Amino acid sequence: MNSLILSTATRLIVAILLMFSIFMLLRGHNQPGGGFIGGLIGATGFVLYAIASGTKEARAALRVAPQQMAMVGLGIAAVAGLASALFADPLFTGQWLFIGASGDDHGLPLSTVLMFDIGVYLVVMGGILTLVFALEEEI
Amino acid sequence: MAQNSDQSASFWTAASIVPPLIAAGLFAFFLSFLHPISAGESVRHAWEWIPSMGVELSFFIDGLSLTFALLISGIGVLVMLFSGKYMAGNPQHGRFSMYLVSFMLAMLGLVLSDNLLGLFVFWELTTITSFLLIGFNHDSKLSQRSAMQALLVTGTGGLAMLAGFLLIGSVSGTMELSELRGMGDILRDSPMYLPILLLVLAGAFTKSAQFPFHFWLPNAMAAPTPVSAYLHSATMVKGGVYLLARMHPNLSGTDVWLWTLVVFGAFTTVFASVLALKQNDLKQTLAYTTLMALGALVLFLAAPGGYAITAMATFLVVHSLYKAALFLMIGCVDHSTGTRDARRLGGLIRRMPITGVAGGLAALSMAGMYPFIGFIGKELLYKAGLESPASVLIVTGAIFLASALMFAVAGVVALKPFWGSAAHMPQLDRPIREAPIPMLAGPVILGVAGLFFGLNSHALQHAVTDPIVGAVLGDMEKAKDLHLWAGVNMALYLSLATFATGLVLYLFHKTLRERLIAAGERLMSFDAKWDSLLVAINAGAVKVTALIQPGILSRYLLVVFSTITLAIGGTILARGLDIGTPVLDGITYVHLIVFGLTVSGAFVAVITNSRIAAIAGLGVTGIGVALVFIQFGAPDVAITQILVEMLVVVLFSVAALKLPTLPQRLPFHNRGLHAIVAIGLGAVVTGVVIGITSVPLNMNLTEYFEKYSYPIAHGKNIVNVILVDFRAFDTFGEISVVAVAAISAYALLKQRKSGGTS
Repeated sequence: MNSLILSTATRLIVAILLMFSIFMLLRGHNQPGGGFIGGLIGATGFVLYAIASGTKEARAALRVAPQQMAMVGLGIAAVAGLASALFADPLFTGQWLFIGASGDDHGLPLSTVLMFDIGVYLVVMGGILTLVFALEEEI
Repeated sequence: MAQNSDQSASFWTAASIVPPLIAAGLFAFFLSFLHPISAGESVRHAWEWIPSMGVELSFFIDGLSLTFALLISGIGVLVMLFSGKYMAGNPQHGRFSMYLVSFMLAMLGLVLSDNLLGLFVFWELTTITSFLLIGFNHDSKLSQRSAMQALLVTGTGGLAMLAGFLLIGSVSGTMELSELRGMGDILRDSPMYLPILLLVLAGAFTKSAQFPFHFWLPNAMAAPTPVSAYLHSATMVKGGVYLLARMHPNLSGTDVWLWTLVVFGAFTTVFASVLALKQNDLKQTLAYTTLMALGALVLFLAAPGGYAITAMATFLVVHSLYKAALFLMIGCVDHSTGTRDARRLGGLIRRMPITGVAGGLAALSMAGMYPFIGFIGKELLYKAGLESPASVLIVTGAIFLASALMFAVAGVVALKPFWGSAAHMPQLDRPIREAPIPMLAGPVILGVAGLFFGLNSHALQHAVTDPIVGAVLGDMEKAKDLHLWAGVNMALYLSLATFATGLVLYLFHKTLRERLIAAGERLMSFDAKWDSLLVAINAGAVKVTALIQPGILSRYLLVVFSTITLAIGGTILARGLDIGTPVLDGITYVHLIVFGLTVSGAFVAVITNSRIAAIAGLGVTGIGVALVFIQFGAPDVAITQILVEMLVVVLFSVAALKLPTLPQRLPFHNRGLHAIVAIGLGAVVTGVVIGITSVPLNMNLTEYFEKYSYPIAHGKNIVNVILVDFRAFDTFGEISVVAVAAISAYALLKQRKSGGTS
């Protein structure tokens, strides 16, 4: 699609969408959001970019092939699930680390659960982009 | 033929040395059990495997399993020695040795397993390793077909057997053979007895190549000779016999057992020994005599008497010894002369005297001559036949015919190539020499063993037949004694008559063979039927695929939706389920607006002629559904729904923009069908939802998640905590599906562009 307005606006909107998607990913454990929703939002950003400037541009902006993104995400999720084996827990048991926690303040919570959600994010985004880019290019 | 071997290749390679050493170690290990087992003891070792399902990796050694284990490992040593030289120089020799050793271990696992599921696993492992061995020359079409045939026939039987085992487990409450032994009456009185029996027999009959499943065994001779000697004479095909013997205490004693085994065993043994005489290829001849032996073993497992089981046990050893020896002898002949054709071989005794004598010893045992162990075996077969509870005429008659034919075949296999006329021998550019020592060891040792056990039948009785009878009948006292000379009795007369008939058959075997070949062309060939069966299965699969996977999206949806409608709607109607009445309290104008939006979107999608409008209509419906989620407090689901709707609209638009023309309106009757299915599905889903909401929801899970989400999983968003923590394994499965679906779609789309067929 060749529209100056759309392509100009898209540059801004994509940046906002991507930031928003990471925001949704990170807040997901306590408020509406999560890896699935974040991945969908991130994908929407690049789909918009592809509609405005073409898939070639969109692929260049993404830098990695979307199918690789999905596979890496799957790998991250698998590692997050297997990590519990190091602590002799059943598969996919969440492991938590609270940095700077004191009393009721949990500090900065880091966990394999978050890592798993990042994997979900990458799989959803990569999977959808694989599909959309291929559809736009091939049909 | 001898193309497998390189005459000059060294025997001293790892692939040649290691397998016989492994087998010899195992043989020595099992020998150490001989003393306690022959004293009537049994040994059991168990390790937990899948404790949650009560599956143990348990091994049980009694007289029956020990005899099989000794035969498998002992003959294994000789066969592996033989193949070390026979296969030497073959670039795939290492792979072959690995297959052969794997097969041996699987076979040992089969006969030693105490757990029925363990037995099944090892049973299938022997099927798979034998598939690899039969198909070893995998660039040959013949090997491919034979390997596939053996795999399918024995594999199908194995699955039937598994079903039988599971039934046994559910009826008796145990999967351990050692516990099942005293439970025969529970199984026999159970209404599931007949299904269990038929399923187990299907496994045993396919593995042991009983008629009408016999056809795979002669074809399996496509394998290298050591494999034929090992799998298809001494071990794998005996797996079915082992199973029947093992199941004898649990399943025998009924008329069905008795007559099924008698009829199939008797027919197989006569049928196979007639066909054995028909073959030109000596390996094929031996393959059919194996069928004869298997038939005889099954025949005598039918009866519960002491004579029958003693005869079965003796003949088991007799057959393993002479059959492995003869196969290996033919391997030596093939190795030296390059042919196995019975019509051409002759006069080899001067060139290969040791092979000739060893083969002669084995053949004398096969023919049942005095004083070989084969003679004792045949006497026992006659005695058992004469007291058979089924039909003395059928059993004794079958054994008489088969033994006489065996006598003739023994002559064809071991007499004629060495002592017969050399007029038709192929001309070779190298002198015919004795086979190397590693290859000769097998026939010599096994041939001599046949004579040794004949003269020392007491040793065999003590070590083998008494313990087997003890294991099968539960009482070692029921075993009959093995005598080389049992006095002048009916069995002796029958033996003499057998020799006379056999001699006549041997003298006229050439004429008989030509007659049989001529007659064989008019008979139905199971082998050819097998091919047409496979063709028919393939054709059926093509038709079914064309029916349920036409490649038209609307037809897929039609099938899926009408299936759901009929299955759920039909259940509700058939059971007369009361779905209750919808709860209409508390409906506000917001609900009505959302309802109006959703329905109008769907309405537009149905009536419009424009594709874009239809897509937009679907989008509106989707947003309406998302609003429903928001109304009822599921923001995560709503956000996901909205995002997915957006992406779907984008995807549809991309596709729609590129499509050449807008769709024509579908013919009326098609839309009518679609309308019926759509309305039906809507009605069913509505009914289900009303039915679910009319009873109080079970809140156990909800309460659990509400209670533990924050304290345990440190998250306040329950939906997300469920997704990434409580049920993370499910989510992992889902994202795997997402990734695989995306990659598959990508591959399909790319393939379309590159012009490949889709």
